[in-house]
Amino acid sequence: MEWLVASAVAAMTSAGVYLILSNRTFTVVIGLTLLTYAINLFLFASGRLAVNQPDIITDLSLPHADPVPQALVLTAIVISFGMTAILLVLAVRGFFESGNDQVDLLGPEEAVAKTRP
Amino acid sequence: MSLLLVVLLPFLGAILPALMIRSGRDACAVSAGSVSSLALAILLTHAPAVLRGESPRADWVWVDRLGLNVSLFVDGLGLLFATMILGIGLLVILYARFYLAKGDAMGNFYTYLLLFQGAMLGIVLSNNVLLMLIFWELTSLSSFLLIGFWGHTAAGRQGARMALAVTGCGGLALIGGMLLLGRIVGSYELTTIVTAGDLIRQSPLYGWALGLILIGAFTKRAQFPFHFWLPHAMAAPTPVSAYLHSATMVKAGIFLLARLWPALSGTPEWFYWVTIVGLVTMILGAWTALFQEDLKGLLAYSTVSHLGLMTMLLGLSTPLAVVACVLHIINHAAFKAALFMNTGIIDHEVGTRSVGRLGGLLGLMPATATLGMLAAASMAGLPPLGGFLSKELMLEEVTHTGFPAWPWLLPLLVTCGAIASFAYSLRYVAHVYLGPRRDDYPHSPHDPPVGLGLAPTLLVLLAILFGLFPETFAGTPVRVAAAAVIGGEVPEFHLALWHGWTTAVTLSIVAITAGAVAILGYPKLAEGCSSLPRLDAKSMFDTALARWVACSRAMNDGLHNGSLQRYLAIMIFATWIAGLVAFLGHEFRSGTRPLLPINPVVVVGWALLMGVCAFVVLIHRERLAALIAASVIGLIASLIFIYLSAPDLALTQVSVEVVTLILMLLALYFLPKSSEVEPSRWRRIRHGALALLVGLSVGGLCLATMTRDFNSLSEYYWRQALPEGGGANVVNVILVDFRGFDTFGEIMVLGIAALIIFALLSGMLKGPVRARLAEWSSGERYSPSRHPLAMVVVTRLMLPLALMVSVFIFLRGHQLPGGGFIAALVVSIALIMQYMASGFGWAANQVKFDYHALIGGGALIAGATGIAAMVLDLPFLTSGFSHYHLPIVGDVELSSATAFDLGVFLTVVGAVMLALAQLSNLGECCDPERTNVEPMDYNPASAPRPGDRTEGDV
Repeated sequence: MEWLVASAVAAMTSAGVYLILSNRTFTVVIGLTLLTYAINLFLFASGRLAVNQPDIITDLSLPHADPVPQALVLTAIVISFGMTAILLVLAVRGFFESGNDQVDLLGPEEAVAKTRP
Repeated sequence: MSLLLVVLLPFLGAILPALMIRSGRDACAVSAGSVSSLALAILLTHAPAVLRGESPRADWVWVDRLGLNVSLFVDGLGLLFATMILGIGLLVILYARFYLAKGDAMGNFYTYLLLFQGAMLGIVLSNNVLLMLIFWELTSLSSFLLIGFWGHTAAGRQGARMALAVTGCGGLALIGGMLLLGRIVGSYELTTIVTAGDLIRQSPLYGWALGLILIGAFTKRAQFPFHFWLPHAMAAPTPVSAYLHSATMVKAGIFLLARLWPALSGTPEWFYWVTIVGLVTMILGAWTALFQEDLKGLLAYSTVSHLGLMTMLLGLSTPLAVVACVLHIINHAAFKAALFMNTGIIDHEVGTRSVGRLGGLLGLMPATATLGMLAAASMAGLPPLGGFLSKELMLEEVTHTGFPAWPWLLPLLVTCGAIASFAYSLRYVAHVYLGPRRDDYPHSPHDPPVGLGLAPTLLVLLAILFGLFPETFAGTPVRVAAAAVIGGEVPEFHLALWHGWTTAVTLSIVAITAGAVAILGYPKLAEGCSSLPRLDAKSMFDTALARWVACSRAMNDGLHNGSLQRYLAIMIFATWIAGLVAFLGHEFRSGTRPLLPINPVVVVGWALLMGVCAFVVLIHRERLAALIAASVIGLIASLIFIYLSAPDLALTQVSVEVVTLILMLLALYFLPKSSEVEPSRWRRIRHGALALLVGLSVGGLCLATMTRDFNSLSEYYWRQALPEGGGANVVNVILVDFRGFDTFGEIMVLGIAALIIFALLSGMLKGPVRARLAEWSSGERYSPSRHPLAMVVVTRLMLPLALMVSVFIFLRGHQLPGGGFIAALVVSIALIMQYMASGFGWAANQVKFDYHALIGGGALIAGATGIAAMVLDLPFLTSGFSHYHLPIVGDVELSSATAFDLGVFLTVVGAVMLALAQLSNLGECCDPERTNVEPMDYNPASAPRPGDRTEGDV
């Protein structure tokens, strides 16, 4: 089971990192969403995996899932929603302000040329 | 308190001249002068106590943990320097009033001057070395403003920049040195440091501290090899030069060494470094001064030389040498300020300060000439002037103390310096005032108006009084200041012009004779000297600076080429490297925790996830498909959560997923629907490799984490959730109770995010963006029915159901999976469905409350819950609870945490709805169709015939 979760994290991280390195704002947002899933899952998994165990108290002595990473991840999900929303709106605004949706308005080569006086 | 006022007055008063300049130049000068006078008057109220041997203090705690406190004190040395700073400052203010031309910004000038004055006072009155360092840097900054006052000249700008660069670097070294000193002693209070001399000298860090402090002091007061900035600071207006060179800036370095003398002196390192650097500077400065063409250059190098002399005296480490040094500080301040002002008058009235174009001014401007000659005589060390006394004391002292191996070497070298010193002083007199009268002066020379001449006259008068009645005028200040430097008994000495025929007198006569001979044969000497190789420090400095700039520019351009993509890749790679380094630094063992068995159904989900990840990457240019695929991953993630015993997470993930998907769809409407292929194949490969590297590493890390046992705080929360939080859903209890403060911050973030989105999108409804928005067409084909009837009806029927579900989820949250977050998201989804199904115009009209108010109200409720606990004298957000039984819902716990959760609920609903509604509002602008205000596009009541279309339909 651990292998499955770890490889899922790996796949989502890879896809996310690849997409955020893209030059298009919308793709970056999608990449960030994937990265968020990966990180949330990682955080959650740091409480170790528990299948079919309660996270609600019924009997204090029973084995149970670790509630702390769950609480942290819950917060993280909500915060990353806020972040995604802002980024999206920035992307829309940027697109209408500049007329294109590239992350780098200039390619790297032109960017260097521009910083030169 | 009044001590603090002395330091603060110039800072506070600095605004006055800048304002008063509107009332005229006189008012401006008077305002500046009255600030300094007031500070001086307050300072002098402490003089009786200091003369009695006390040192009044004033302490305030500032940043105690850093050891940085506002701690001031005034002892003999501080009083002497503060008096000089304020006294000569007053004279400089007077002089500058008449010196500055009409076009100069006098208000700015006095403002800078007062700032500088305040910083200098801070240095000499600080008891805390960290505070002193702050003022030290302030002098560097404010002197930069003063030196660059004539910023329209290239020389002014370069001189100021050089001074700032050199003294600024020195300041950094000094900070290092002082921190080391503080660490050795364990206190940053000067009064403690100076009494811990033995501890400091025995410390292994002594060498470092000494070296760094010496660099700081040597740069500030222009000692070899850092002397080159001072002559270039000559580009400043002459009053500034007079102030900087006589009493302040360069003396700060001397002050520092004098202040730390008890703590640092007495070791061989101190003796050799300080004495030799002083000696070299003294001789080199005097020699260079002799051949300067510019009168101010001559005076500047003479300052370098005299500072060298003072440094050397401090280096000798004997009490009598300290006495000589203090006496010379006073004398030098008087005659050097007078000489600079004198040069300023010549520059003003004759129109040049080039020695080659001057001469024969004695008959033309007799008063100026007399003053200049007297001041120069004091600088030369001629009786009966103040300079003679300190020179005699100095010569006397070096014949007793010298290098142990060669006792004759020090007197010999010092005499060489004295010869050059006498020679350039004589040159100042002979080549400027004496000699034949010329007929090619730029202006017609005459004595200056009284105002311009007053300040130098007073200073020359002082120089004469110091010489004629030394015990009366200089005796007490020198004794008190020397006692403060030495930190103990001052040796017996008597200041008088004549002590009998001593070695010092012989050396003086040698110096005077040789100096006179040098001036008689000056043309030949200058010719001989010009053939010697000369170090041009300025060009060396410029070359070094240009190299540094080129180097940093290359580095900057190499790393910072303006491509965000590239920065991001570099950051990711650097993080990976950091992780790798940490990983390689430890021995790796695989985990021992037993693995969980694999369920075949899970494998299906896993395979789907892996496949979709690959799919997203492959088709990411088709944005809609990529978006749907990403949402599939999100849904699988929530399945993972529910399988791994985290129902709260699963619920949250699902509802957030829906909201995010709607948001992204809305945003996608305004964006291109597909991306072009990135042109660089090589870059794609590079990014892919980086992504794989990072992904595999993170996955590996995750696996390594999961396969190890650990102890966490969880047990504590698990045990305390019921007794302390009154809830069985531990996750929820953690969120709203144990870690309630975090959640409070989180809803704030969400609220602020919504407001940012609102602001960003509102901004689009104006200006050129609006025009672009109006023309925007997403280029897709849409369904002919804008608001399908079936969907309208279903969503409206669903709304009350959804609200009820939301209330249910909210109430049970504390005991069972649920809570404010999830309830809020459910409500938001239900509401946004109305917008989608029935159209923005109608739905927005139905909403009777303001989303902004919802965000604010939620935050207020959550905050008030926390504050209520404080009213009851409990920590912020402490909760209380009791249980009630409600029909259907079951056992409900009503607690203050529920109120907090309500705040969370309202804020989240407000934030999500504000963001979504604002984004859909944008659609109105680019929608050519009329906004619907009717409840339904198809109105059954007035239905004419089946199949008819309403106006809005396309």
